[in-house]
Amino acid sequence: MADEKLDAVIVGGGLAGLAAAYRLAEAGKQVLLLERGDTPGSKNVTGGRIYVEPLRALLPSIVDDAPFERHVVKEMITVLDEESSVHLEYSQDAWRKQPHMSYTVLRARFDQWFSEKVAEKGGFVIPNRRVDDLLWEDGRVAGVKAAGEEIGAHIVIAADGALSFVAEKAGLREPLKPVNYALAIKEVHKLDEKSIEERFGLDAGEGAANLFVGAVTKGMFGGGFLYTNRDTLSLGIVVGIDALMRKRPQIEAYRLMDDFKARPDVARWIRGGELKEYAAHIISEAGISGISRLYTAGMLVAGDAAGFALNMGITVRGMEFAIASGVIAADVAVEALNKGDVSKEFLAEYERRLRASFVLRDMETFRHSKEVLENPRLFTVYPKFLSSLFKVLFTVSGTPRKGLYKSARAVAKEYILNWEGMKDFWSLRKL
Amino acid sequence: MGEKIETMKIEEKIACNAIKNDKESHIKLKQDVCKECRERFCIYACPGHLYSLSEETGEMVVEYAGCLECGTCKIACIYGSVSWEYPRGEYGVQYRYG
Repeated sequence: MADEKLDAVIVGGGLAGLAAAYRLAEAGKQVLLLERGDTPGSKNVTGGRIYVEPLRALLPSIVDDAPFERHVVKEMITVLDEESSVHLEYSQDAWRKQPHMSYTVLRARFDQWFSEKVAEKGGFVIPNRRVDDLLWEDGRVAGVKAAGEEIGAHIVIAADGALSFVAEKAGLREPLKPVNYALAIKEVHKLDEKSIEERFGLDAGEGAANLFVGAVTKGMFGGGFLYTNRDTLSLGIVVGIDALMRKRPQIEAYRLMDDFKARPDVARWIRGGELKEYAAHIISEAGISGISRLYTAGMLVAGDAAGFALNMGITVRGMEFAIASGVIAADVAVEALNKGDVSKEFLAEYERRLRASFVLRDMETFRHSKEVLENPRLFTVYPKFLSSLFKVLFTVSGTPRKGLYKSARAVAKEYILNWEGMKDFWSLRKL
Repeated sequence: MGEKIETMKIEEKIACNAIKNDKESHIKLKQDVCKECRERFCIYACPGHLYSLSEETGEMVVEYAGCLECGTCKIACIYGSVSWEYPRGEYGVQYRYG
């Protein structure tokens, strides 16, 4: 019976699954990737930016040739209160030169391209197949059930995304809790390349990323984002699901997006654009404390399915973790297949390697970032402080005004020079 | 053109998406649980605004056809009314940008 089995079945054609399939196929293993959408990428959503430096050593040919949108040369942060905004831009000459640090990306295009690379290496990618269940043999995972078909495999890699039903079925994770997840809503607006470049002050091919914090989420944990793609813009918000549930009076998530977009300092970027897509996805915000168990006999879990996502405050990462964990899963799977040992004991090597890699090292370093980032004052008091400060500095009225230092100090005293402010400052050590 | 976008309704936004609908819903609700629920987290959590309380029947209704497949409703319904699975292969939203 054993020889009727495939070497590996991969559940899900996102970046973790595709990276694993690519690597397994490259090692000459029989690998089948099952994707529930029309093509890999068709169920996938990103905000949009991938940091490629950690990936160069792992998959150089993928990083170099991928159809990314634009390399990011300009970082922008906009802090909003209810009625005003403070906008900051940062750029570096080095970012304009190769090798680029990060790129904006659209997943439908990137993942489909990646799946073609998997096929070139000899891996099989089957779309329109939802995996419904796992096959078990002697207490270990021995394949999957999809659309009534049983597909045996020596090893299964669960890369079925943040909701990972497969990891849940294998008993590797609990049902998802509101406090550990955020909802992301994204709109894609079409705008021609020239307009994007002129509007954002970019040269051909260059991109910008804008983070929005403050009143965007009406005091709730979260923020907004904007990325320039080649000829589209990705605009969206992220809001903690638990925060949204606790909000009173209650507000519908889709209205947050509408209110965000209606702000003049947001609307100006997408003016004249045409809405092409309205997407949503969940993001793990739990950091390392939210990762699932990563392996069991006959199975490994990679990418979002394992909870590999990290909010580091002003940078948010997920796709690099997905690709790296997919590669590491594949490498361990290849060794397990060569040895003929897919036991839990052998597959524990997967977790050891992840702990030695940037995936779990970075997640460990930022273990406490959520405690800092979910402080509601970050979304209310500090934005208010900043905008009040600038308001005082820029306003000229009919009445005589105080000196700049006195004015600024009065604003600071009102918002941040207090016990709460001190505590918040100390808590920053955790970042 | 920009004006038009700013005033787009949520249904119009969802209509921009490529979606292939199955005949049967991939989201099922336990009405006896919904009946007891006061917060109706699903209504506020769903980014597609697909949940509503039917005035006629007094039951919760979900327009599964516009589902963006994020799973937020399943997470937000802490009372366990929402049974949610991925649509069968071939069906559901097909993101063209993502």
